[in-house]
Amino acid sequence: MRVPMTEYLFIDLDTERWICRVCAHDFGDARGNYKEGTLVYDRDPREIHPPVIDPEKYEFTFSPDPAFCRILEFYCPTCGTQIEAEYLPPGHPPTVDMLWDIDSLREKWEARGDNPEEVVNYGPGENAVTDLSARFDSVGGHTHGKAGH
Amino acid sequence: MTMTTSEFVPTGGNDEESQLLTNQEQQWVDKFMDETTLFLGPDPAIMRHHEIMPRSKYEEECIAQGVDPLEIDRIRKRLAGALDEAFEMCESMGAAPGAKWADLSCAVYTAEGDVTYLSNRGVIAFSAVLHHPIRYIMKNWKDEPTVGINEGDGFFHNDSRFGMVHNTDQSMLVPVIRGGIIIAWVGATIHEGENGACEPGGMPSGSESPFDDGLRASPIKIVERGHLRRDLLTFLQHSTRDPKLMLADIKVKMGAVRRIMDTVDRLIDEVGQETFVASLRVTVEDVETEVRRRIGELPDGTVTFNQFVDSTLKENILIKFACKITIKGERMIVDLTGTGPEILNRAINSPLASTKSFMAQAILSYWWPDLPRSTGALSPIEVITEEHSWADAGYDAPVGQSLQASFRGFSALQTAFAKMQFSSPQKYSNVVAPWFNQINDFLWGGTTQNGEQVGNLCADLNGMGGGAKAFRDGEDAVAPLFCAMADIGEQEVMEEEVPFLQLVSKRLVRDNQGFGKFRGGMGYEMIVASRGTPSWGFMTVTSGSKFSSVPGMFGGYGCPVYPLAIVKGINIYDIIQKDPTQFDLSIERVMNEQPFEGGDYQSAHMGLQFDVAKEGELYMIAQGAGGGYGDVLERDPELVVTDLELDRISAQVATNIYGIVWEPETYVVHEQATIELRAQIRRDRIARGKPYHEFVAEFVQEEPPKDLLYYGSWGQDNDEELIATHWGGLEPERVTGKLGELPLIMVPDRRVLKIARLEERVRELEQKYGETVVHKS
Repeated sequence: MRVPMTEYLFIDLDTERWICRVCAHDFGDARGNYKEGTLVYDRDPREIHPPVIDPEKYEFTFSPDPAFCRILEFYCPTCGTQIEAEYLPPGHPPTVDMLWDIDSLREKWEARGDNPEEVVNYGPGENAVTDLSARFDSVGGHTHGKAGH
Repeated sequence: MTMTTSEFVPTGGNDEESQLLTNQEQQWVDKFMDETTLFLGPDPAIMRHHEIMPRSKYEEECIAQGVDPLEIDRIRKRLAGALDEAFEMCESMGAAPGAKWADLSCAVYTAEGDVTYLSNRGVIAFSAVLHHPIRYIMKNWKDEPTVGINEGDGFFHNDSRFGMVHNTDQSMLVPVIRGGIIIAWVGATIHEGENGACEPGGMPSGSESPFDDGLRASPIKIVERGHLRRDLLTFLQHSTRDPKLMLADIKVKMGAVRRIMDTVDRLIDEVGQETFVASLRVTVEDVETEVRRRIGELPDGTVTFNQFVDSTLKENILIKFACKITIKGERMIVDLTGTGPEILNRAINSPLASTKSFMAQAILSYWWPDLPRSTGALSPIEVITEEHSWADAGYDAPVGQSLQASFRGFSALQTAFAKMQFSSPQKYSNVVAPWFNQINDFLWGGTTQNGEQVGNLCADLNGMGGGAKAFRDGEDAVAPLFCAMADIGEQEVMEEEVPFLQLVSKRLVRDNQGFGKFRGGMGYEMIVASRGTPSWGFMTVTSGSKFSSVPGMFGGYGCPVYPLAIVKGINIYDIIQKDPTQFDLSIERVMNEQPFEGGDYQSAHMGLQFDVAKEGELYMIAQGAGGGYGDVLERDPELVVTDLELDRISAQVATNIYGIVWEPETYVVHEQATIELRAQIRRDRIARGKPYHEFVAEFVQEEPPKDLLYYGSWGQDNDEELIATHWGGLEPERVTGKLGELPLIMVPDRRVLKIARLEERVRELEQKYGETVVHKS
């Protein structure tokens, strides 16, 4: 049984592993920090948020100051999907953003008796109905449909 | 506080038997203490608790008579109708700009002050904060012979140390009395703005002590048996810059409350006093019960979300707002340990109650918006904070711009919830990326073209960009985080009342987006210049000029940062009159091309203390964007070129971030080339990304960079150990320790530091060139 925990991450309750919903890459122990299974890149924030006013003339430009702010990009090592983008001060440890009680998670889903990949959606409203099943089960890798709009 | 007990209590000493007090003696002591309390300030026994009160004996009796859920629902709907009607009265008649744009709330409370029901529109945060002043009034004024609580009385307060969203807000709280018993309260609260603070508009970024924050009204009886007390009204008018506003809106609130009271009176006549009381109490309890049940639906675990705020509004620093949310069964614990210390001469600190009020805002508008807006919503959630952190400021810390911390309380809960609720099959709101969370807006003050003294703010505060949803782009300039159905106002109407023009208004700024599979809603730019006034000035009260205020979600990016741009020494009206083609204004063009001769072009962070604006000088800012959702490489290429064609994004963003190849003339996407470029970007990611442990070994440092003025925990392994920057002299020094061990944190005047640097430089140059100058002190 695989539970969609984020847009790109399953927890496989049978194996107790974090896995990529896109390509099935194994990120590690579901009781631990999925980030430990990712590739990380320290992005200069000016590359993502380009200046609107001339950085040669001005200190404040619409671009974050790299001495204050870095963007850590977390990638799936197999498919290259960007799973998280974390804004941090330079040198600050990456945040362990999610730790789940796997026994409790299993208990809840076993009590429900249905398949998480089929019943989890983005919330109320017909636009929020989506397919959160494993993309790697479909033929051809990135052939998932566009959600919603 | 007074200690009471019905038992014998030891009072110390060696011979305990001889020191015990009888009940009678204890009562005498209590009475003496009550009668001789020097100052009835904010009461920690009230202010540190957000839980609903236990049922009173009278509520027990009322509920024991039987509760019909259908009848309670009917009562609730009648109350909702009355509250919405009162809300509209405030909105249409209120003099405060905030009132006209829905920055207010009307409510019905239990006798002990728990909010039972709030108007459907307006600021939900009030649902978790206004029980404090009512409890204060009930505890201190009910039996106080010089005050008392009688039918027709109305109480006023604004100081957030007694329970308020922030000090710009002013209340009118009125008891419902039957047979000499207080059975409920009704109230109206409006963001009035001007409050006599050290700067106009009520939200002073320049406040350096609590006495700079403006009006410090503890709960006072401003209306006595239906009559507005002229002596107190005059005092309040005299204490602020806008006496007309004070009078007008007290009357508006009295009228709105009267309208609610009419419905309450009719309801009590129809259903009976006991049923009415039972319905108020049961509603509060039902919300609390339902919140516990919904927490139980979420997966057990811990979600951590840390925020870093880059400004005191006077200088750039980096102060952390830490948040760990743990769910275990039906318990939820929000732990802010690790949050930076209060800064005792800066305006950004928030009282605990105000921080919590914005947690309730997130819960009732972004988690479970279907619930009645009640104190019961936050009540079952445990909140751990450290007193004297900037999210839980002490009595002596200025709180004039407390939204800097309290809005982070909102973002902590709103952002974390996407992860908390994602796997839950039962959701009550959509999965959404972070909402923009700053006050990108102009505050203003001075003398109007009509000769009146005013101080307030633009409605553009309400134009925050929405976070992207998991299935669609966020909406541009849609609503402030604190009010789902607020208005950004009619600028032309405002210009009849205030002496400045918005020369550019509501024009989107290119690349001002949180990029993602679905992008955040965009913000727009505002360019203002004063005109036809003897004295006028502007302020801005925003952080996020160096560190993005909101991140994205699940791989999406956050918002950019926002500068303040100013052109001094010109009169744009004269320039346009001579050459109308110069009316082509934008931050980008004006700042990059510097087209106006003689202009002094400046960029700065967005903490601008009241700045005198001469006629025609330009002040330029942009409203903020919501966070993006999901990997940018999954964005539909057609959505990318649509944004490109509309000049919402640059070609650089379309190519480098979204990985799109298109035909420049027609904006037709080259599908195969786009697939290939995106595949290459994925390969590039894999090539440059480092395995986590290797990355951590290289990136992570033991402490913040030396020159960063940092406050808060570093990492999350030991959140009780804080880092702070302390100035014993003119040079900053880094200190570490638990919050209680840190020295008091104050930041020196940046102008003093600048003068010191310049004097140092002068001495260097004098030495270099051998000049001997005697510097007299």
